[in-house]
Amino acid sequence: MTSTAMPARSRPARALTRRHHRRGWAFVAPFAAVFALTFVAPLVYAFGLSLFRDQAFFGGTVFVGLGNYTQALGDPKFWEAFGRVLLFLAVQVPIMLLLALVAAFAIDSARLHAAGFFRMVIFLPYAVPGVVAVLMWGFIYGDHFGLAADLNHLLGRDAVEPLSVNWILTSIGNIVTWEFVGYNMLIFYSALKVVPPDQIEAAAIDGAGALRTIVSVKLPAIRGAIVVATIFSIIGSFQLFNEPNILRTLAPNVITTYFTPNMYAYNLSFGGQQYNYSATVAIVMGVITAVIAYAVQLRGQRKER
Amino acid sequence: MAPPRRHRVVAALAAALLSTAALAACGSPGSDPGSAKATGTQDAVDAALQAGGTITYWTWTPSAKAQVEAFEKEYPKVKVNLVNAGTGNDQYTKLQNAVKAGSGGPDVAQIEYQALPQFALTGALADLNQYGFGAFQKDYTASTWSSVNVGNGLYGLPQDSGPMALFYNKADFDKYGIAVPKTWDEYVDAAKKLHAADPTKFITSDTGDAGFTTSMIWQAGGHPFGTDGRNVKINLNDPGAQKWTKVWDQLVQGKLLSTVKGWSDDWYRALGDGTIATLVTGAWMPGVFKSSVTAGSGKWAVAPMPTYDGQPVSAENGGSAQSVLKQSQHPELAAAFVRWLNHGNGVKPFIASGGFPSTTADLNSPSFLDAADPYFGGQKVNQVLTAASGAVAKGWSYLPYQLYANSIYVDTVGKSYLNGTAIGDGLKAWQSALVDYGNQQGFTASAG
Amino acid sequence: MSSVLRPRRSRTLTAVMALYLLYSLIPLVWLLISATKTQPDLLSTPGLSFGGTFALFDNIGSTFTYNNGIFLRWLGNTLLYVVVGAGGATVLATAAGYGLAKYRFRGRQAVFAVVLGAIAVPGTALAVPTFLLFSRLGLIDTPLAVILPSLISPFGLYLIWVYATDAIPDEMMEAARIDGAGELRIFLAVTLRQLAPGIVTVALFAVVATWNNYFLPLIMLSDPNWYPLTVGLNQWSSQAVGAAAQPIYHLVITGSLLTIVPLVIAFLFLQRFWQSGLTAGSVKQ
Repeated sequence: MTSTAMPARSRPARALTRRHHRRGWAFVAPFAAVFALTFVAPLVYAFGLSLFRDQAFFGGTVFVGLGNYTQALGDPKFWEAFGRVLLFLAVQVPIMLLLALVAAFAIDSARLHAAGFFRMVIFLPYAVPGVVAVLMWGFIYGDHFGLAADLNHLLGRDAVEPLSVNWILTSIGNIVTWEFVGYNMLIFYSALKVVPPDQIEAAAIDGAGALRTIVSVKLPAIRGAIVVATIFSIIGSFQLFNEPNILRTLAPNVITTYFTPNMYAYNLSFGGQQYNYSATVAIVMGVITAVIAYAVQLRGQRKER
Repeated sequence: MAPPRRHRVVAALAAALLSTAALAACGSPGSDPGSAKATGTQDAVDAALQAGGTITYWTWTPSAKAQVEAFEKEYPKVKVNLVNAGTGNDQYTKLQNAVKAGSGGPDVAQIEYQALPQFALTGALADLNQYGFGAFQKDYTASTWSSVNVGNGLYGLPQDSGPMALFYNKADFDKYGIAVPKTWDEYVDAAKKLHAADPTKFITSDTGDAGFTTSMIWQAGGHPFGTDGRNVKINLNDPGAQKWTKVWDQLVQGKLLSTVKGWSDDWYRALGDGTIATLVTGAWMPGVFKSSVTAGSGKWAVAPMPTYDGQPVSAENGGSAQSVLKQSQHPELAAAFVRWLNHGNGVKPFIASGGFPSTTADLNSPSFLDAADPYFGGQKVNQVLTAASGAVAKGWSYLPYQLYANSIYVDTVGKSYLNGTAIGDGLKAWQSALVDYGNQQGFTASAG
Repeated sequence: MSSVLRPRRSRTLTAVMALYLLYSLIPLVWLLISATKTQPDLLSTPGLSFGGTFALFDNIGSTFTYNNGIFLRWLGNTLLYVVVGAGGATVLATAAGYGLAKYRFRGRQAVFAVVLGAIAVPGTALAVPTFLLFSRLGLIDTPLAVILPSLISPFGLYLIWVYATDAIPDEMMEAARIDGAGELRIFLAVTLRQLAPGIVTVALFAVVATWNNYFLPLIMLSDPNWYPLTVGLNQWSSQAVGAAAQPIYHLVITGSLLTIVPLVIAFLFLQRFWQSGLTAGSVKQ
């Protein structure tokens, strides 16, 4: 069986009648019902909100059509935030996914001592709650009492300033990488686990070494998982929120309220009660994200032909 | 319970409020004796207290537990659900959501003075004048009373207050032979002297904090925010603001301030080990020192806040009131509870747990004034703090959207701190963002 | 052949990976060491060295007894949300992913597009609409407000979709059909075993996601008695700020450490199911 990448290209048995196929809906229905209530309904609500302008104190709600959208498209704060996450995406996501791939292959290769231990410890950072992350990174990045201070002291100059304007994006990238390498590693690892062993055996019989087996058999076999991980990493980067929001308590002036598009939407809503405009920003961002994610998915399919 | 009738009452009240709001638009708030106030008597409140019932109270103050226990003991028919729905902004978010949804809020909530106008103006809070609480005016310090009066409505009773004073590390000051500064110029000199003597030590820490900035402008005699009904005037470049920035720019640009972030674990650490030598902050600070800066015990002392001309003047920093929500199903009972908390037997347990009250009788009682505090080397700190509460500059008001203002402070004034540029420039940027927002939200906002 | 399937262990590879391990571990080591300190030690000693007194057990004791033992209540709530929420999410995602991978019905592509589109919109901005909607349904301040949204794991759906496409040969399903098995029986008896590694991964992600769920419970719940650990710990942490501040860093840190422990146990428990992946592949021969 050849590897198929994305769901769209699956080939269900042709012998099945249409009646049989329709039963597929029964499997999807429970998910679809809850999804409609918890994701689609608020989204429709938000879309409705985005067509109005509401004054929180005086005056009422006014229908403005696409007025909020034209405002968002010409909003320098929004584009500044967008540019920042785009840069972040271009640099951090490849590094993270590459590290995760290497870790997954290493653990899967059976050439590692104590592989189970590695698998768990690398995954562990993902399990750390946000509150703790603040304290932990405050300790590491702190230029007063933290590890950064110790390092600068050792070097005798201010070599690292993780919370300064020039460093902050790198510092955030580091946290995201630390958190999510293990997460992506597990995706790849479990995808490797469903690679049929006969393919690997066949490569071995052909005399392929470990590296060639990876390149010619394993990598193509988990292409689907890689594409899914990429798509979700893109979405994650565009929605970057937790990490900068956590670091805000440590570097408030460096991280503005519109540091990322998602933070902008959040602060519009919770700081300024500008629910309508906040919904608009979120939807614009969602459309951009979905388009890019979809393009990656199409590309992931095409490459394989 | 007869819902239809209650609705009529609510509608009538709303109409009354609307008419007062309309009137408020004509005169300056609170100063027009001729305006129609929705005054009432306390009879309904007394009756509700006798009848009993259950109410929910949102607060994050640690004193609340003892207070609620004492209240329920005194009025066994009343049950108070004590809920900590989050500190500060976390709670306001929930409160705002509940107001927007029309239900799900508490009967009584703790609200800081700076946030109170926002909730009052969006119609979230009940006007306590209808229960005759306006008569309590004489029992509170002038500054806290004016903080709970918005327009012509009374939207809460003050609980704690935060007249500002200078907390200083006496051990540091003695060691380096620095005199306690009486003026801000002397304070700047002290900052230089201390930092020169030991480069690891700073006069204070400030990375830019909206509450501190507004309090400092307040003390300097500034009136940057003026609200008159729908009209909002913002001038963050008035003489008061200029006076303050002239002093503070020297400290920021001279790198004489520690960049340790306030309320972080590093900050507590620095207060304990002498890295941060003074704090200019509210009178509630001794409680925090005693519970959380144990390493500083015996080292700290309190003095009046430095001033520009040596004449005593102070400002408020922090502090909160308890308000009744308009969506409460038991507004009379809720009002009764608020009255007990802040104008009755609730004040004693509040003081006992380390709170700094707003009621003048308690502030001036001998037992309060003459308590020698071992943490502060036996100093009678309340004498300094009570004096400060009498010296608070008059006529201050916050913006009707102060919570939003504080949230975007980092984008504007924060930049000045970050880049070491003039704070005045940051204040101007803040002002223009606030004027824009006000106009978007239906105010007629203008600069100057 | 054995060189690929049963290769020798490599010290070089292990050493390189150990470097990465160190990177993963340093913050956690800080957490572990910090949990052994008293609050004064925490605020006066360097991060990676122990304090004067070893207070780990005192801290654990205080964490469980502080504020009438509310931590235990939060732990119980979190377990409830995880068992129902993550368990439900795994079931829904598995069934739906399988249905989408193995059946050809009208609207299949639309499901993909709708799910992708919906999750591309940042959830934080949808919090207020969701709140107002749930408020109208009377769900606010109830466990359901937390559980319902966590029943959805779009990522899990895609993973199962991808895995099922690869791991379940159509021939196998047809063979079962010829034997007279119904669709549900095929799913339960044939498919689940094949998908085990994928399901375990999805379950693990769902468990961690629910366990660390912070934002939605923060908005939906105001009664601390329904808080999960994350929101509760954050409340403890924010006690350090403002008038009447009462910082309890030692309890926040110990509580956080205790919060991670059950996840480690869940991981250890779940990871043995990855082994079954190998048998899944051999079945079809």
